[in-house]
Amino acid sequence: MTLIATQSLTKTYGGRVTALADLTVAVEPGIIGLVGANGAGKSTLIKILLGLIAPTSGQVSVLGIDPTADPAAVRNRVGYMPEHDCLPPDLSAAELVTHLGRMSGLPRTAARERASEALRHVGLYEERYRPVGGYSTGMKQRVKLAQALVHDPDLLLLDEPTNGLDPAGRDAMLALVHRIGTEFGISVLVCSHLLGEVERICDTLIAIDGGRLLRADNISAMTTATDVLAVEVSEGTEELAARLAELKLPVARDGRLLLVPLADDGTYDLILGAVADLDLPLHRLDQRRHRVAELFATRELTHA
Amino acid sequence: MPEPSTTTARQTPTGVIHDIGYQRYEGPRLGRRQVFGALYLHGLRTAFGFGRSAKAKIFPWLVVGIVTLVAVALAAIRSQIGEPVATYAQFADSMSWLVIFFVAVVAPELVSRDLRSGVLPLYFSRPLPRSDYALAKLLALATALWLLLGGPQLLMFLGAAFTTKQGMRGVWNELLDLLPGLLYAGLWAVVFASVGLLVASLTGKRAFAAGGVVAVFLMTTPIVGVLSILPSRAANELAGLASPSTLVQGVGIWSLGDLLVEGDQGGPSIGGFGPVYALAAVLLVAGATALLLARYRKVAS
Repeated sequence: MTLIATQSLTKTYGGRVTALADLTVAVEPGIIGLVGANGAGKSTLIKILLGLIAPTSGQVSVLGIDPTADPAAVRNRVGYMPEHDCLPPDLSAAELVTHLGRMSGLPRTAARERASEALRHVGLYEERYRPVGGYSTGMKQRVKLAQALVHDPDLLLLDEPTNGLDPAGRDAMLALVHRIGTEFGISVLVCSHLLGEVERICDTLIAIDGGRLLRADNISAMTTATDVLAVEVSEGTEELAARLAELKLPVARDGRLLLVPLADDGTYDLILGAVADLDLPLHRLDQRRHRVAELFATRELTHA
Repeated sequence: MPEPSTTTARQTPTGVIHDIGYQRYEGPRLGRRQVFGALYLHGLRTAFGFGRSAKAKIFPWLVVGIVTLVAVALAAIRSQIGEPVATYAQFADSMSWLVIFFVAVVAPELVSRDLRSGVLPLYFSRPLPRSDYALAKLLALATALWLLLGGPQLLMFLGAAFTTKQGMRGVWNELLDLLPGLLYAGLWAVVFASVGLLVASLTGKRAFAAGGVVAVFLMTTPIVGVLSILPSRAANELAGLASPSTLVQGVGIWSLGDLLVEGDQGGPSIGGFGPVYALAAVLLVAGATALLLARYRKVAS
């Protein structure tokens, strides 16, 4: 089954600002990363998927339902975690999540049970009875995630879940999202402007820029390129490149670095031998994986 | 795929997350009507500060205390002197200031708080339609106001019914007096709830919302005052239309007659404009509700 499918989806505001332009994409269930710079149209896409705003043109379907025709049916099966602060400071997490569970149609006792379950799954225990106003940013993000989970959706739409978190908090949140996607059997669409972040946990990646699709593909298809060795010498880069080419190694230049595909351990010996022969000062020699970021390097996505 | 979970344990101060597995929910999911009911009841509880901090309970219950005290006093005096000091409708009228302050506190509590905290996207990303949110809050506020006025009226009725000297016939007559009083209280509730909630829904700042509600209800009274001393009889008789409180009184005078004003004593004269007052009240409630719904079509999208 196709999880999310759009066909020539376009959204313009006031006929002038284009948020989404002719976006056609289809993704299978799993963890989907939606990356793009701020203003690339990520939040607009999420709001269209929820049926909160109508597209200017094009078709969209979520879990096989058209959100423009039947938004309630979509929202019944989708959980949404907004980007911005959305928690009343004077309510406790338990009260808030229970209430929102009821708003999703859970009966009273079921809402209370599911609320404490959801809060437990995101790692909030006794503190759930304290007012949210006193929570750290990390705890607030967890409450926002719990309220999206409380009604047991089939799809979670997470808008910048790691926003405002420190590196450890980011890792914890990403681990949580990964667990939800793999162990809970719930598909997740994670929005982020940090590609390096979502590529660690996603099965599929959708990259958009200026409302246009850059690429949508299975992440393994994007990262299967072989590992490469990066060589840096303080001087004589040209000579080394020529020598390595003589040794039948396909060398690529990347600034001051020479990139050599890693075939086997023999590649190390060949490079070290060449450096020693030329008597060059070796600065570094290390292995690096192809990052998805390289696929979009020219777009400067990661710096947005 | 690298697993970032090694840092989870270090980050979570409460320790390792013990995974006893995620359970899918297989139970019933309620429909739109039950969700509306749940939101309505939640709003009604919020109006009286239930499920809220002690601070949020102070003002609503202060008002409830005062109106109850007045009702008990009226019932006690009546049982002593044997005739009513104030009819049920007159009681509702004389409590109008307290109703205004109750609205000024409760309406912001119901809607401004949600606007301020940005929680609305969490509601609107759920199946519940936006209009249901606004109508459930409106209905909750109207019910709260009706209970505020109707509860003490019921106390007065009980006091009268137990001290009547005419047996069952006395109780029956008393009941016939009570019912119009309860309807009149309902009119107060609907008019004040619709206008008050609309004003409060315009801002997320509770203090501004409360000030706005008081301003709309009280600042309009001087207009009534000016109109009622103009040298034109029609202007005088239509003056009450300018303010919600006098508008409600006008409808009361027209529909209840001597249950509200006895003979010539006090009360503004509305001449033959009773139906105009009734129509104005209906239009006011309908207009305020329509604007409220329009407001919630736009907000937080």
